[in-house]
Amino acid sequence: MNHLPQAWGRPRDDIYGAYDHSYLQSSGPITHTQKPVVTGTSVLAVKFKDGVVIAADNLGGLRKSCTDLLLVNADIWVEASYGSLARFTDVKRLRSFNSTSVIGIGGDVSDMQYIDRLLNSLSITESHSSDGHILSAANLHTYLSKVMYKRRTDINPLWNQILVAGLDGDEKPFLASVDLLGTTFSSPTLATGFGAHLAQPLLRQVVGSEEDVPSITREKAVEAIKECMKVLFYRDARSIDRYSIAVVTKAGGVELKEDEQLEGQSWAFAETIRGYGTQVA
Amino acid sequence: MPGFDFSNHNRNVALHAQGVPLPKATSTGTTIVGCIFDGGVVIAADTRATSGPIVADKNCEKLHYIAPQIWCAGAGTAADTEFTTALISSNLELHALSTGRKPRVVTCMTMLKQHLFQYQGHIGAYLVVAGVDPTGVGLFTVHAHGSTDKLPYVTMGSGSLAAMSVFETQWKQKMTREEAVDLTSNAIQAGIFNDLGSGSNVDVCVITSDKTTLMRNHIKPNEREQKQRSYKFARGTTAVLNEKIITKEEISKYVTVHELSSDDDVVVVEKMDIDS
Amino acid sequence: MAASIFSSNPTLASGPNYSFSQAANNAAAGVKEHSFYPYTDNGGSTLGISGSDFAILAGDTRSTSGYNINSRYAPKVFKIGGDDETGEGAHIVLSVVGFAADGQALKERLDTIVKMYKYQHGKNMSVKACAQRLSTILYQKRFFPYYVHAILGGIDDEGKGSLYSYDPVGSYERESCRAGGAAASLIMPFLDNQVKNNNQYIPGSGEGHELVARKAEPLPKEEVVKIVRDAFTSATERHIEVGDGLQMLVATKDGIEEVYFPLKRD
Repeated sequence: MNHLPQAWGRPRDDIYGAYDHSYLQSSGPITHTQKPVVTGTSVLAVKFKDGVVIAADNLGGLRKSCTDLLLVNADIWVEASYGSLARFTDVKRLRSFNSTSVIGIGGDVSDMQYIDRLLNSLSITESHSSDGHILSAANLHTYLSKVMYKRRTDINPLWNQILVAGLDGDEKPFLASVDLLGTTFSSPTLATGFGAHLAQPLLRQVVGSEEDVPSITREKAVEAIKECMKVLFYRDARSIDRYSIAVVTKAGGVELKEDEQLEGQSWAFAETIRGYGTQVA
Repeated sequence: MPGFDFSNHNRNVALHAQGVPLPKATSTGTTIVGCIFDGGVVIAADTRATSGPIVADKNCEKLHYIAPQIWCAGAGTAADTEFTTALISSNLELHALSTGRKPRVVTCMTMLKQHLFQYQGHIGAYLVVAGVDPTGVGLFTVHAHGSTDKLPYVTMGSGSLAAMSVFETQWKQKMTREEAVDLTSNAIQAGIFNDLGSGSNVDVCVITSDKTTLMRNHIKPNEREQKQRSYKFARGTTAVLNEKIITKEEISKYVTVHELSSDDDVVVVEKMDIDS
Repeated sequence: MAASIFSSNPTLASGPNYSFSQAANNAAAGVKEHSFYPYTDNGGSTLGISGSDFAILAGDTRSTSGYNINSRYAPKVFKIGGDDETGEGAHIVLSVVGFAADGQALKERLDTIVKMYKYQHGKNMSVKACAQRLSTILYQKRFFPYYVHAILGGIDDEGKGSLYSYDPVGSYERESCRAGGAAASLIMPFLDNQVKNNNQYIPGSGEGHELVARKAEPLPKEEVVKIVRDAFTSATERHIEVGDGLQMLVATKDGIEEVYFPLKRD
């Protein structure tokens, strides 16, 4: 310890060298978003006979710019941030579009808000056309995939993975994904972020293939999604127990609930745990 | 202690700096799990071994013997899991002989973590250790860097999250043996079908206070279908450019030749003794 | 005073003052963080074989990212220049494997071009012309390539099956068979041996170097379908990114027929 309060808690120059400010790059070429700053993690969705259920938790974590690789196990390395500086616990990551679609957005929250504005203006433009045609979820997915692919081609990506859920042109259940590279794919169950590892296996147990969709009821689909949100809260360190959930059907349109509380958690096993090794008491 | 040979280390660092890639080790991409039940513990594993994106072994054994009632499921670098478990198995046997007592799961876990910590993660062995000893049932995970965990249900490997999602939805306290075998099998299958690093069959090992049962290929959900065509080539299809016949008499100058009768053509090399 | 000992101000001008011989871990000197990389590999494999009056393009339907399966049904083979969005009326087939977003973009561009050709000229674009056009499209992006291995198939002007394979920047060649994607190195030697009859000799046709090599004979469509199925079930066994489903587009003078077979899902 010394008598200079401004130095307390700082790395000593005689040991670590002087602080290098060059990385701050106050001058240089124009740079684009190269990494997410405020992020959301998982979005989950599953098709059922009359429509689609989609959910996402309401967390937006603020990422410190210093990221590192975190070892989860032998084969998975996850980029993690060294501590969240702050977090927003009321970020709504689902939005509806028309009465036929809901999109769920994972990744950078500011880019999500840009996409939200983009869709608002698209919605206004569409409502002014009087051809009687409304954009289906499939149309919306195509639109978003063009936006995302254009931005990646300009090396200025929107740092998100988006799930588009709803009804296609024939009013059949539609579910597809597009990410920051413009990669698109469709599946009866989809999950982004950590959900791709934790929730997708469970959802695939319920709906194994497209042929299973007609036998899945709305209740079963909602139950499966809620179960997955619970597992994500147990095992994803960057999640919270408040979430948004939406159901899209032909009969009910978009039913979006934005402030749901996780129910029926079980932490009973925790009482039996004693230490991590040789401890017994 | 005579251990690893580091004599090529400096040369390899120099080669690596020049852009020579490291040799690819066979890794057991893997889903491995363990679960305690009422009266014992069960561990299970898939049977796929990979080298990059290539399947190196479609039916490998990832459940390793440590002691009659202590078994270990291994993920990570195949060689490291095999040699580490073999080393600890050997030392534990000597320890048991010296003390005249049955080996304990905590002893095994401690030996493993101390060995792995010493090598600072360079030995890429990620293990699930399970067993029953006089103090009761034990179930641990040991990471390559030497940290351990003690939980009623554990998963490891690239399929650990897929398997854990099954445990988090279906696990309950005080399961029967059958329930535990089914739950661990389901967890492994979640890994097999959702994680590309895991595949093929389910191996299960059940350990109770009175016996150990290894159920090799307990479930085989990935049998290959019959091929559409026959790939038998007519004799003579391959060109013979050169022919040299070496007689048995000539070979006998260099090696000893044993005659085998034609009816016992299947040679059983070694069979593992397991309590059944 | 403090500034010279502690890093409240940059003191680089006076040089770093490390203790002992320890060098500072100065990450800023090198690459601080990886920047955005506009490509990814979505795995999977494709294969094409042409016969005397047909061409078959096949691909597995798995889409991957890392050790995850994105989708068990994501087609890699497409009909080009059809009359509607289902591809009805098309006479050319295209397979793309590699970076799926580029594959999708490439397919849509070629599809539009072939459609426009028909509207403007009142006749179908020949496979030969389409093949040359695809090469130009790829080369136009020479310095920001479409990261795909494309294979184009159809029926040529003489009614024979034709197949063209491309590298990502537009080098192309007409071939009788070609495998692309993750398991290309596993499938291609099998094709060389079973389709082109490479490394096979006619038994008893001579001694040593006089032995006569087997020539490639045109295979019937049914046999080619069998070869394709065996190629993909084998690739599924040994490559982790191949599986889930096998989709085949068979181009003949009568149009394009689609066939699907399930593959292992592990």
